[in-house]
Amino acid sequence: MPPIRVEVDGATYEDDVEPRLLLVHYLRDRLGKVGTPVGCDTGNCGACTVLMDGLSVKSCSVLAVQADGHDVTTVEGLGAGGAEHPMQRAFHEEHALQCGYCTPGMIMASIDLLRENADPSEAEIRDGLEGNLCRCTGYQNIVRAVRRAAGEMRRPAEERATAEEREATP
Amino acid sequence: MTVEEVGAPRRRVEDARLVTGRTRWTDNMAPAGTLYVAFLRSPQAHARITRVDTARAKERPGVVAVFGGADLAEEQGSLPCAWVVTEDMRHPEHPPMAVEEVRYVGEPVACVVARDRYAAVDALEDIDVDYEPLPAVVDMEEALAEGANLVHADLGTNASYTWVFENGDLDAALRDAPVVLERRYVQQRLIPTAMEPRSVLCVPEGDEFTLYSATQIPHILRLMLATVTGIPEHRIRVVAPDVGGGFGSKLQVYGEEVLALLLARRLGRPVKWTETRSEGNMAVHHGRDQIQRLTLAAERDGRIRGLKVDLLADMGAYLMLVTPGIPLLGAFMYNGIYKMDALSFTCTGVFTTKTPTDAYRGAGRPEATYAIERLMDELAAELDLDPIEVRRRNWIGHGEFPYETIAGLTYDSGDYESATEKALQLFEYDKLRAEQADRRERRDPVQLGIGVSTFTEMCGLAPSRVLGSLSYGAGGWEHASVRILPSGKVEVVTGSSAHGQGHETAWAQIAADRLGVPFEDVKVLHGDTAVSPKGMDTYGSRSLAVGGVALYSACDKVVEKARRVAAHLLEASEQDLDFSGGRFSVRGVADEGRTLQEVALAAFAAHDLPDGIEPSLDSDATHDPDNFSFPHGTHLCAAEVDTETGMVTLRSYVAVDDVGKVVNPLIVEGQVHGGLAQGIAQALYEEAVYDADGNLTTTTMADYLVPSAADLPVFVTDRTETPATTNPLGVKGVGEAGTIASTPAVVNAIVDALRPFGVRDVPMPCTPERVWRALRAEEEPDESEPGAGGGLGSADGGLGPAGGGSGSAGGAR
Repeated sequence: MPPIRVEVDGATYEDDVEPRLLLVHYLRDRLGKVGTPVGCDTGNCGACTVLMDGLSVKSCSVLAVQADGHDVTTVEGLGAGGAEHPMQRAFHEEHALQCGYCTPGMIMASIDLLRENADPSEAEIRDGLEGNLCRCTGYQNIVRAVRRAAGEMRRPAEERATAEEREATP
Repeated sequence: MTVEEVGAPRRRVEDARLVTGRTRWTDNMAPAGTLYVAFLRSPQAHARITRVDTARAKERPGVVAVFGGADLAEEQGSLPCAWVVTEDMRHPEHPPMAVEEVRYVGEPVACVVARDRYAAVDALEDIDVDYEPLPAVVDMEEALAEGANLVHADLGTNASYTWVFENGDLDAALRDAPVVLERRYVQQRLIPTAMEPRSVLCVPEGDEFTLYSATQIPHILRLMLATVTGIPEHRIRVVAPDVGGGFGSKLQVYGEEVLALLLARRLGRPVKWTETRSEGNMAVHHGRDQIQRLTLAAERDGRIRGLKVDLLADMGAYLMLVTPGIPLLGAFMYNGIYKMDALSFTCTGVFTTKTPTDAYRGAGRPEATYAIERLMDELAAELDLDPIEVRRRNWIGHGEFPYETIAGLTYDSGDYESATEKALQLFEYDKLRAEQADRRERRDPVQLGIGVSTFTEMCGLAPSRVLGSLSYGAGGWEHASVRILPSGKVEVVTGSSAHGQGHETAWAQIAADRLGVPFEDVKVLHGDTAVSPKGMDTYGSRSLAVGGVALYSACDKVVEKARRVAAHLLEASEQDLDFSGGRFSVRGVADEGRTLQEVALAAFAAHDLPDGIEPSLDSDATHDPDNFSFPHGTHLCAAEVDTETGMVTLRSYVAVDDVGKVVNPLIVEGQVHGGLAQGIAQALYEEAVYDADGNLTTTTMADYLVPSAADLPVFVTDRTETPATTNPLGVKGVGEAGTIASTPAVVNAIVDALRPFGVRDVPMPCTPERVWRALRAEEEPDESEPGAGGGLGSADGGLGPAGGGSGSAGGAR
């Protein structure tokens, strides 16, 4: 079995894996990274989306061996020092999730979308998230959340920190 | 404490774990020693099993056990059907794993238990099964014909039951009626497609079992598992941890759940099974699949005389938990919001060699609403009236409530005028009608259509008496208990079982208001029969209207208990105490008081309680509603239809819903959005397609088209608020409204766009191909009859190439 070395959410793992092992099963079953769920087996639903070297991939469509030497970020690795990522906060604020099963993948895909386009229009968000299916929300609040997070992430870091302080004060 | 929690757009407490991936899905759990199960499923729609050889599979490394149906026949029992709708209903045995015969593609025939998922799935390939093919029965109408092939030979027929409801004199209504419309509509088969695939983990501890399952119904499941397996109910604990959507599909007692329990018992180790999506599309129960033959009689002024409904409902191969009752839930909704003198409803349940059907969001009511709302538009077209006007002439006026309908229900409240008025304004109805006229005049290749849907539904399932009269196997109450901890914090235990609905937030809002405690001080517990021992679970938009009211009553009992203790502590009489904002005070002496949370501590210490008072404020309540609740609303859809390509684009969608009092407007709006998406998906995208041999050809998400963000329009939603008069919260329920209302709104819009071309129906889903064909059929009238729908029925594969399905029934990933 080929050995792989993968960085996942800031920790390094070395494992021998079957060549056919899917990245999502490696994450879930070997590393206990169960924050990334599986929604289908054909790469359609996007629930298992993670970032590999910053780019979104559907981890059911990547073999664990293909992640060798790469840096994987899952929803569990978002946010520095326990603070939520602006995208996570925006999903909460805009009620962009109901059952929450698609949410990890939707959040990761949305982050990648903003990497490519920091200020997407409503239509660009809808097109950009075409590969991620949600059965609960009808997408409207997901679109709102991505727009909100985009606004948040475009603001200079300083201004953001002050705003956060203000919000934290009751 | 003056903030009203009920009505506030509280952000959900559930989100914290869901947005960070700290969720407890069933598949996330694997106690030490867990074994994994994979099922071999029938690739045949109908066949006799002549041999199951598991010897080679057993020899594979990592395989712990392999079972065919015959190996489990003694203990596996028969899956339950809790709704025997007629005394003579034919109800075949339904073994969790097929023993002698398979009757749909995807039915389990054997299973492997192994050390991991991959080893289990690999070993399926080494199980040899010989089948002797039997004829598939795919088409309901053919299934009922003389000499038809039989799904269950011993029954002698493919009809399970015929159920009739009649009120008023339909013959009189039809006799000499100035207008008679006859239509045939097909409710295509749908796959519920909750995003979380089913998953079950059973952990044995001695002779007791804890079964974790992605289920909507932990309480019902526990009772049914005990009934099927003979394991005593008190030895089984069922936990529904975080559950990723259900939409009715997890309102079921699945064979895989029963088998997980039996395998855990046999092997003495935890066993887990999680389905793949391709497995799920074949083996999760499907929804809808009805043929409606409708006759509507009306006056020339548009007033309805009566309606006759002849329904064929596809049961699939077996009757599952509430399969036969689903179409009957629609029986009382065919009259919609309208007054009429006669209603006749006949439904025949039909067996076919397809996946069993059962509840899917709306369950019977979307089908009924589709029929009546399509007919109202047809009636308007027939009489050259505006579709809004024809509805006005028939609907129950605001001043006429409570109103007993021709279906025998009493609608307690409603205001169809206000909801419609609001929707028309938001939609800019007149402006769009003008644009439509302009496009017609210009012969624009892209035509504009406007679809109307003024709907109601019966929610809050259900008064136990009514369920009893419909021969349902259980009641419709709900239970709640409220525990006040010594520190004054509150635990709410509910029998409802949320799987995305946000009960942890909304129930905390209700309790915070009633008890006068901070929202943050309330924790809601649910979904575990050891924690929440009584419940009827979540489906049928019932949780708030039944469970929320139970919680409301339980809170009031807490306050009454606390009042006695507070009176004692304050040395006042109970009658002299006011309770406001969570504080008891002596009337006229405002600064003399104790908060409920202080009283809770006093009750916990129990040092100084009045005689005969228990040292606890904890209370519970069971609510059994007197009546259903009746949300309603007016939905308007504008669709652009390209007459050259058949492409439909939804330009705008306005939904004004009246769901009574709103506990959390954010959650309500979200429920409406999601409901709209599913109803629109039925109109435009989704269909479970079977070929003539009974193979499901839409086994993957590549073939079964769940819409993406790019496929759906922006929704404009608003509300009117007519409180329900049948419960103290004034709530009605919102889970299914969007799904029920939107399907006819969309199809009405498409047909409206095409009326100048003579089109009066497009069968669902209205794919570009079907829209195009409907137009061409009109241009070349010698082709299939428009509006009949038969030529474009469910087997024409309108969704394009069918991949992956046929024969690949091994559950392989």
